Amino acid sequence: MLLRHTTSKVKERSALTINPAKTCQPIGALYAALGIHNCLPHSHGSQGCCAYHRSALTRHYKEPVMAGSSSFTEGSSVFGGQSNLLQAIHNIFTIYEPDVIAVHTTCLSETIGDDIPQIIAAAREKKIIPEGKYVIHTNTPSYIGSHVNGFSNMVKSMVTYFSQPGPQTKTINIIPGWIEPSDMREIKRICSVMGVKYILFPDMSDVLDCPQTGVFEFYPKGGTTIEDLKRTGQSQMTLALGRTTSLAAARELDTKFKVPCESLELPIGLRATDRFVDMLRRVARVDVPVSLEDERGRLMDIITDMHQYFYGKRVALWGDPDQLVALTEFLVDLDMRPVYIVTGTPGKKFMSRIEKALQGKVPEAKVQEGANADMFLMHQWIKQEKVDLLIGNTYGKYISRDEDIPLLRFGFPILDRIGHSYFPTVGYVGGMRLLEKILGLLMDRQDRDAPEESFELVM
Amino acid sequence: MTQQPDPLKIKEQLIQKYPTKVARKRSQQIVINKISDDRTAPEIMANVRTTPGIITQRGCTYAGCKGVVLGPTRDIVNITHGPIGCGFYSWLTRRNQTRPTGPEDHNFMTYCFSTDMQEDQIIFGGEKKLRQAIQEAYDLFRPKSIGVFSTCPVGLIGDDVHAVCRDMKEKLGINVFGFSCEGYKGVSQSAGHHIANNQLFKHVIGRDDTVDPHPFKICMLGEYNIGGDAFVLEDILERCGIKLIATFSGNSTVGKFENAHTADLNCVMCHRSINYVADMIEKKYGVPWIKVNFTGAESTAKSLRKIAVYFDNAELTARVEKVIEEEMKAVKTVRKEVKSRCEGKLAMLFVGGSRAHHYQDLFNEIGMKTIAAGYEFAHRDDYEGRKVLPNVQVDADSRNIEELTVEPDPKNYRPRRTGEQLKTLDEKGLEVRGYEGMMPQMDNQTLVIDDISQHETEMLLDIYKPAIFCAGIKEKFTVQKSGVPCLQLHSYDYGGPFAGFKGAINFYKTVDRIVNTHIWSYIKAPWQVNGKPLLEAELVKS
Repeated sequence: MLLRHTTSKVKERSALTINPAKTCQPIGALYAALGIHNCLPHSHGSQGCCAYHRSALTRHYKEPVMAGSSSFTEGSSVFGGQSNLLQAIHNIFTIYEPDVIAVHTTCLSETIGDDIPQIIAAAREKKIIPEGKYVIHTNTPSYIGSHVNGFSNMVKSMVTYFSQPGPQTKTINIIPGWIEPSDMREIKRICSVMGVKYILFPDMSDVLDCPQTGVFEFYPKGGTTIEDLKRTGQSQMTLALGRTTSLAAARELDTKFKVPCESLELPIGLRATDRFVDMLRRVARVDVPVSLEDERGRLMDIITDMHQYFYGKRVALWGDPDQLVALTEFLVDLDMRPVYIVTGTPGKKFMSRIEKALQGKVPEAKVQEGANADMFLMHQWIKQEKVDLLIGNTYGKYISRDEDIPLLRFGFPILDRIGHSYFPTVGYVGGMRLLEKILGLLMDRQDRDAPEESFELVM
Repeated sequence: MTQQPDPLKIKEQLIQKYPTKVARKRSQQIVINKISDDRTAPEIMANVRTTPGIITQRGCTYAGCKGVVLGPTRDIVNITHGPIGCGFYSWLTRRNQTRPTGPEDHNFMTYCFSTDMQEDQIIFGGEKKLRQAIQEAYDLFRPKSIGVFSTCPVGLIGDDVHAVCRDMKEKLGINVFGFSCEGYKGVSQSAGHHIANNQLFKHVIGRDDTVDPHPFKICMLGEYNIGGDAFVLEDILERCGIKLIATFSGNSTVGKFENAHTADLNCVMCHRSINYVADMIEKKYGVPWIKVNFTGAESTAKSLRKIAVYFDNAELTARVEKVIEEEMKAVKTVRKEVKSRCEGKLAMLFVGGSRAHHYQDLFNEIGMKTIAAGYEFAHRDDYEGRKVLPNVQVDADSRNIEELTVEPDPKNYRPRRTGEQLKTLDEKGLEVRGYEGMMPQMDNQTLVIDDISQHETEMLLDIYKPAIFCAGIKEKFTVQKSGVPCLQLHSYDYGGPFAGFKGAINFYKTVDRIVNTHIWSYIKAPWQVNGKPLLEAELVKS
């Protein structure tokens, strides 16, 4: 057994996290900053943080992930990291020539109390930030929240640093939340087929799903441009997808530039996508094209055709709040039973959002969020009463093998399969992909477990 | 082979874009190899601070301590004391394989334990939570040992992890010990190795004096069982009739570490990460150490023969020779075939603290030439050999890492060989306590680059277009996007093993696949290669 010490007996824990369902803030900020065109993320801390984050993101995407580090030593930890950051800014602009350096902090620089805006001001004063170039920052103390909050903070900083007022345009800002480049591409495609003018930020498509051309592009062609980021202050509204990751930036646009915001759950699954499309339709005053209605129809067709395989199946899922809420609703819509739901990301609203997504249809569901909600606890619940399907990141493969339960890889990180960066799970098409995967797992299992006499040719 | 560009010019190109101060420093870390008649290498600057913002591949002290040295031990609960990230990123990501002896055997390597420090603890201190976490780990798992690893903020807020560990050790009656391996210490992972070595020596090694009666007892030091390397070596040693008391730390248990001082010879694989333990064991218990290398078939044979020479026993020597002979048959067949396809191709290796050296042996065996190499976190002695040790400047960053004062153990100090015997062994080529380093084994005019930057990597790829570039996960896809295949030598691209004879065969085949595949030739679409742009007029006509 791989997790041989896990038993069904749950003991109260107040201090020890085992097999976390989250990681720390800075990696989220680094990921978000990759969604700005010509931007180099920068980790203000000791170089291990940056190495770990780059490694984790690289393993997930199988793509180059570039970022700088302030490479703190014991001296900088005592005297503060100003000198290191100034050197880093100078070196990065000289050697790697980005348009933007997006600095995020770490538990080290936060504990020391480095004042990043002051250091950036000093850099400007010393003229080490070239004309027309930017250094932005966000605070990402690793001891608060999770990677999801770090992402949210960096996206908010994009607004703080770049958005500018001006005459209102017909454009809609879309903040996509922590989703995959494939999902961002799909959201843009939906907007395009609907004829909606949008600015999507951040945008990792064409950054973390780059073609193999034999030429390494240090700054790939994707990413939201600074011009677009500036214009977000003039858009007619902001659509925040996934409140945990996107609402902070959307509210900032509202507060600073009176750009009203609406928040929706991530468009994962049928009804969440319906709400997203409907919102676009109403705000942009466009008709939903037949092609998109056909996509919806095809998704609906799979659901009605294959309902018997979904019905009543018990699912355990873990990951990030926005994904879990949307996914839970979709599973319940399919008549599946998401019985165990865990996120390490703390958040007061999470429980009520999940409750809403459960629609009162899964009274046996166990839900936990925050510091002590981990995969160890989820595994213990599974040992108490089994499920039919696991949905979560690659770390679930250890539970999957020990308990002989199929695993749908979903969320972050996925270290052992490809596909997530190329094929979306948002929108109707993404819904179809999710269903294909769920059905594949459940039906493979049925095939494997069926007695010979009831082994079915047609299913 | 085609004429290679002038390395001096290349060095200039590599540093041309840097600000003056950075260029000055990097020029001391980029050296054109030139070995003198007495096998002295030119001086290289190593184990110095990384320039902020240069984009290094280096990690931190915590990674070197928890991830590298202690990570592969299965029966210890390793608790990361800090915010969640460090524990999360070092959770199962290093491919250290382990083989519990039975279903009841402890194996905690698949778990991640963390105190998941929150803001409250940053402000008011984390000792209470750590104490509680150790208690909870004990209550749930009843391990024989618990290790505690400090992350950056722990040092800053002043938690005394060692005091907490001492208390809990007393309270629980099991071994509980801590590591002050905050990420900001030292200049790379290397400081973490040193800290891990110290704590293993202080808290683990020497706790079990049971002496196995076997006449040929060794420990393997600096072997981490990536991709099953240790399993291959365990098998070879067993067939040779050599008893492996402990491996630091591939496929290891704490119990084996506790007994390590009873071996009669220490064999050091990765000099950088573990030479401290080898030195300290010798000083305290009188066990000499030799440098070995089980990467490469010839190197494996050579290392086995060194061990046989040390024990100076005819039967052992005969068995060793028999194993070498048996294994070399298959090695030679594959090698001959692969060599015919790989001969003369160029390799570059930028990795680790010993792998950039060891893997050159494997490339040599199939006729490939290492044109440039360097370490991520090694010191001057790993490049130029231990003879430079008296001249290595100890800077402030290294001085911060504790240097243990070790005295001979009043009870267990037993020099396994006299000074005279060791001298004789040296004459037989054993190089007791010796390591010649990477550079003397590289050709003149090759490039040796310490702590290579992203910028320099891109330039090298552009200039040389090597057949293969060996590095780690962070470089892997930048290299491949440039059209050059990259083999990860930290994780073996999830393949391996690469150690010993079987590993060598595996490696030949892996490299053959990588450098001789046709897939890279399809990168351009046919019309991008042959097509001429259509004239607009033609488009209009059609």
